Amino acid sequence: MAHSEEEILAGLGEIIDEIAGVPAADVTPEKSFVDDLDIDSLSMVEIAVAAQDKFGVEIPDDQLKDLKTVRDVINYIQK
Amino acid sequence: MNLSAPAPGARVVAFGEYQPGNVVSNDDLTARVDTSDEWIRSRVGVEERRIAGADETVVSMAVAAGGKALAAGGLSPDEIDLVIVATCTQTDQIPHAASSVASHLGINAPGAFDLNAACAGFCYALAVASDAVRIGSAQNVLVVGSEKLSEWVDWDDRSTCVIFADGAGAAVVTAADEPGIGPVVWGSSGERADKIHLRENRYLFQEGQTVFRWTTTELYPVALEALERAGVAATELTAFVPHQANLRIVEAIARRLGAPQALVARDIVTAGNTSSASIPLAISRMSERGELPSGSTVLTLGFGAGLTYAAQVLRIP
Ligand SMILES: CC(C)(COP(=O)(O)OP(=O)(O)OC[C@H]1O[C@@H](n2cnc3c(N)ncnc32)[C@H](O)[C@@H]1OP(=O)(O)O)[C@@H](O)C(=O)NCCC(=O)NCCS
Repeated sequence: MAHSEEEILAGLGEIIDEIAGVPAADVTPEKSFVDDLDIDSLSMVEIAVAAQDKFGVEIPDDQLKDLKTVRDVINYIQK
Repeated sequence: MNLSAPAPGARVVAFGEYQPGNVVSNDDLTARVDTSDEWIRSRVGVEERRIAGADETVVSMAVAAGGKALAAGGLSPDEIDLVIVATCTQTDQIPHAASSVASHLGINAPGAFDLNAACAGFCYALAVASDAVRIGSAQNVLVVGSEKLSEWVDWDDRSTCVIFADGAGAAVVTAADEPGIGPVVWGSSGERADKIHLRENRYLFQEGQTVFRWTTTELYPVALEALERAGVAATELTAFVPHQANLRIVEAIARRLGAPQALVARDIVTAGNTSSASIPLAISRMSERGELPSGSTVLTLGFGAGLTYAAQVLRIP
């Protein structure tokens, strides 16, 4: 089942708000997790797990390091 | 053939603990490896830990914690007929720790064995002790978790030396009309045994993010099942005392239990990760601070190398 970019962005916003306390409105595609949103590698694991529950796409630990921006995650989920 | 006379239930009558006197701060570690107080606090949650000296061993720390638990429970050593030491860091495989611990405490000729289920060891040992009492193979059991992880840490490896520490915690288990130890829910996942192992047969190594993912996603159902098996609602819990692996793990699991009123153990902040000692150490210290009134209900959850895990509900003596 394919998800639209808007749908994924909205979903990620909710997840990131819940896990890292970053307001969903700040979660935009060009943002870098580490540099802009202050999200560390352990929160990234939690976000990946929540994203898998929501979108049904598994993001393994060894892929996480390459997903630097919100756009990277959107692309990964869509591909 | 006759069978031993069973008891209706088992309960913990006392806890005890021992920590080495040597306090090692995050700044002490920063002087040695490339890390920072801020990194350690935010990723692991530890502010300081205790590290054993040369004269403090798995056996000596277990003796100190066990002696304190015996005294607190008002039991004399000759009333103990089984001693179980949960440990994964005993340097000598032969002899094992439990017999020496018993003799140092003046316990005469008890059944004595070590149990290795890594960081889940205390929960496993408590379950075995409870069953032994209930079935009648023992009357009074001393259960100790004792670990000297500092001997198995590469002090130049910043990914592990900031986490692990030393200490011991003990519990005395006796027969009871009203059960105070709930059914254990335990399991393992040996296909992932390589996720936490000794590198070069010598130094603790773990795949940090894989372990983090495992602990934060697969273990809260184990804890919830232990509650269900004991017939205790999450909202009735006084406290949740999981293995003090990493504060981020502790908090992530706690969020998923549906027990917002429960006090969550944060003993790792000043004790570090002491493997099988961490749960009794935390309970003993929380009790001493008056945070766990007598009769209160606590949920434990041990997990670690193996991978192994176990959970049970306890009543505080
Ligand atoms: C070990 C653990 C704290 C590491 O955290 P992490 O966020 O996964 O860290 P990573 O390994 O991805 O490293 C992130 C960065 O921090 C660095 N780092 C690792 N340890 C560091 C330290 N002590 N201080 C500063 N930086 C450190 C890494 O080198 C890495 O840098 P890089 O991105 O430039 O390569 C974490 O994974 C963890 O606690 N996992 C659970 C382990 C556990 O509890 N085990 C016990 C089970 S019983």
